[in-house]
Amino acid sequence: MKLKDITSPFYVWQRAFEKPYTQSKPIQERIGAHAYRGFHINDIEKCVGCGTCEEICQNGAIDMVKIAEKASEKGDSGLVPRFDYGRCCWCALCVDICTTGSLGMSNEYTWASDDPDSFRFTPGVDQTSWQDSEHGYRRHPDYNLLKLERSEMSMLDPDEGLKSFDEVVHGFDHKQAVLEADRCIECEICVATCPASMDIPDYIRAVRDQDFEEGLRILYKTNPFSATCGRICTHHCETDCTISTFGKPLAIRWLKRYIVDQIPAERFAEILQDEIVENGHHASIIGAGPGGMSAAYYLRKKGYGVTVYEASDSGGGMLRYGVPSYRLPDDQLDKDIDYIVSLGVEVKYKTKIGRDVQFQQLMDESDAIFIATGLNQPSSMRINGEDHPRVLSGLAVLDDVASHRDPGVGRNVAVIGGGNVAMDAARVCRRLGAKVTVLYRRRIVDMPADKEEIEEAHEEQVNFVIQAIPVLIEDADSKEKVTIQWGEAKMVAEEGKRPRPVLQEDKMHTETYDCIISAIGQAGDFSFLPRDISDQLNQHWGKFEVDERQRTTVGKIFIGGDIANSVADAISAIADGKNAAIGIDAFVKG
Amino acid sequence: MFELNRLSEAELESGKYTKIWHGPQHPGITGNMSLELTLCGDDVVECKTHVGYLHRGFEKMMERRTFIQNFPIVCRIAVPEPTFNEYLYAAAVEELAGIEVPERAEWLRCLNLEMMRLASFLMWLGGASGSFGLRTVYQWTVTHRDYMLDLFEEMTGARIYHMYITPGGVRAPLPEGFTERALSVMNGIEKLLFEIERVVLNNYVFKLRSEGLGVIDPGMVDDYGIVGPNARALGLARDVRKDSPYLVYDQLDFEIITGDKSDAYNRTVQRYQEMHQCISLIRQMLKQVPTSGSFHANLPNVLHWKIPAGQTYVKAECTRGEYGYYLVTDGSEYLRRITIRGPSYTHAIAVMEKLVVGVNIADVAGLMVSLHTYPPEIER
Repeated sequence: MKLKDITSPFYVWQRAFEKPYTQSKPIQERIGAHAYRGFHINDIEKCVGCGTCEEICQNGAIDMVKIAEKASEKGDSGLVPRFDYGRCCWCALCVDICTTGSLGMSNEYTWASDDPDSFRFTPGVDQTSWQDSEHGYRRHPDYNLLKLERSEMSMLDPDEGLKSFDEVVHGFDHKQAVLEADRCIECEICVATCPASMDIPDYIRAVRDQDFEEGLRILYKTNPFSATCGRICTHHCETDCTISTFGKPLAIRWLKRYIVDQIPAERFAEILQDEIVENGHHASIIGAGPGGMSAAYYLRKKGYGVTVYEASDSGGGMLRYGVPSYRLPDDQLDKDIDYIVSLGVEVKYKTKIGRDVQFQQLMDESDAIFIATGLNQPSSMRINGEDHPRVLSGLAVLDDVASHRDPGVGRNVAVIGGGNVAMDAARVCRRLGAKVTVLYRRRIVDMPADKEEIEEAHEEQVNFVIQAIPVLIEDADSKEKVTIQWGEAKMVAEEGKRPRPVLQEDKMHTETYDCIISAIGQAGDFSFLPRDISDQLNQHWGKFEVDERQRTTVGKIFIGGDIANSVADAISAIADGKNAAIGIDAFVKG
Repeated sequence: MFELNRLSEAELESGKYTKIWHGPQHPGITGNMSLELTLCGDDVVECKTHVGYLHRGFEKMMERRTFIQNFPIVCRIAVPEPTFNEYLYAAAVEELAGIEVPERAEWLRCLNLEMMRLASFLMWLGGASGSFGLRTVYQWTVTHRDYMLDLFEEMTGARIYHMYITPGGVRAPLPEGFTERALSVMNGIEKLLFEIERVVLNNYVFKLRSEGLGVIDPGMVDDYGIVGPNARALGLARDVRKDSPYLVYDQLDFEIITGDKSDAYNRTVQRYQEMHQCISLIRQMLKQVPTSGSFHANLPNVLHWKIPAGQTYVKAECTRGEYGYYLVTDGSEYLRRITIRGPSYTHAIAVMEKLVVGVNIADVAGLMVSLHTYPPEIER
């Protein structure tokens, strides 16, 4: 033992002359670090109630709850997370996975209350002193648990695509599909958005698990046109996909297509195993489009005898005659229609109600009638000269091409309109070798056509002239040509509405084309309805008024599809068919 | 090897012995476990260790959580040094899932681990001196540990359960101005260590009580699986950081520190030297840690993350020696099995039961602390 060992410890005394290390007012003087994981905050304006926070929480500390401040609407479940601080471990996985970035944490870390229930609180709703705190943990922008990038979809080169009517989109390969399916967070926001309420996360899971037979069963439970919708659906689901806040929405439509593409049509019956028990009732359906055939499918599954009357020579309606085959090849549409027919649905082609069969006969024979005749009459442009022989309708051109007839559009074409029919007509004309100009009265962003269609039309060198209002159509020098006068439009803002185009009369242009294709909208043809019945049915803006089960004011008659719903797309027609089947079943058995 | 002469029933009832419970509620115990001591006078003649006071069933619980959900759980397995658990779990998952971790994340992880080692040593040093009656030192070390916790708070968002090292990388880069603040804390701790040397290591009372206490003889090392500073104090140059380098340890300048005897005093000296080494490593890393680049690899969707069937054992040198995670996956979204093996398992049970025999009751706490054991880690 050394002397030093005895003296050295007295060094301790030196500390007696130092300032204290402690703080007298720690709560005021020592605030949490900038990124401290303190108490939760939630921006309920941003929050869409996807519930991913609840899903990832390993403690079960989060419950999604309904609040008075927020309604459930498209793209928003109306729920918000409620935290139980008796369970929370402040790991912040909920913040990391939050799809909208609404969740965060403040740097506050003291909370005293004599009410134990107050520690189960809903951030953003229950008042807290830290709700507006700028400090505290937020997900670092370079750190992400969500998969934001979409699997690349291989497509036909635009120049190559113009040479034929071959399908433009190639579809996912196996690796791409599984990768894409892996991105889904199963929040089910899309299910509420889909008109047909398809079980989207379930079939995406089937892709992940590579169980395509199960995938097919899930698809056909809610949509008998899955092969078709996998290609041309307007995919409202993708618009509301929660991943789209920070990244690209899931390619839900392509995943649906991938499932159907894995299974040959001959195996549908064996996999789907729809067993039909006849119930002795009979329903008639007018129109073999998506709405009519969807109703036929669900009614047949309920045991109804079903007869579908179709004026043309094959089924599919606008899907066959309106959608060009580079978007939807006929064999894919046939997959769906053949399967529906195989269940014992009787389809009478080339049978027009009012001409071949009288409507009254259907009223007498059937327990119920579902009308889904679609919009097949082109709307008028209401300008002078539109009855010129070189003015064609978009629908007629598409119908000709689908029926393998030459529409005779010439080499230089103007298409008037900004909807899907206009885009399809323009792209079809490009494939027929014509130079195409689209004239649209508003801006590109106002176009009702699908974004992809507009983009692809651009890629296929369709020339867009926007804010152009047609004024007059007149004869050109040659009988094979036609001249159009159009004026530039100014966009005038209108309160509560989209901006209105106003013609500027001093900025007029005159152009000559080989033909002009009018595609500004379609209307229905209801001439087959007897006067007394059509008088009883309520119409509003050219559409029939129906309730959520497609019921009309006439007991037996149900109406759906483009002539009833305002969206006028395939998936809404399919949903109408499904709803009508439920409505008819209730009516007949009721 | 394992031969303890247990007293018979008859001997125990002879009236010669006293049986007392040392823990689980005892300030001298290093956590929630207890020693059932049989005393003859003031000397321990027999010891039975009892665990079970802190059983949280982590290993079983983790079989019912997804891979990402386990990440906030593992830090609780060894409370005073959660980061090693975070690292080992992440490293094992990454190996099984075939995930490449960005270089910047490796540096940040390594920095985080060394900071953790230093903070853990500071707490231990307070316990080691406090258990021999030097209570003032405890207050000093805990103060400086708190400054370390401040650094963790800035870097990771939490003081104790950092949850910073996630599978795939780390959660955030270093905040602005962190290096300067960290270096200033390091300087403070270096000054503290200078005082520790005077007040603890050169202290007559401390030496008197700790020298020759709980001597680990070389024969015990392999029989009992003694690792870390407890073994290095004996002269065995065993350190996972050198023996099978992980993270960026192969790019850092350090040598394994060894001693020549492993008793309570020399183990304190060993750790005192390793604290200096920690400071040196932290300073090296603060200089070299990349300031740009990715710090987190892209993971598959963590909500339904499936890892192919496989198994792996990953190890790291924690404050107390080799710490290992053994993971088995079966291709599903859940772990098939996980086993966590920390050094406390032997140090606090088998080694303790052997070394405590013949020790004065007043030194039991000091002996236990000198082995640096964490009961929560025994009961995963």
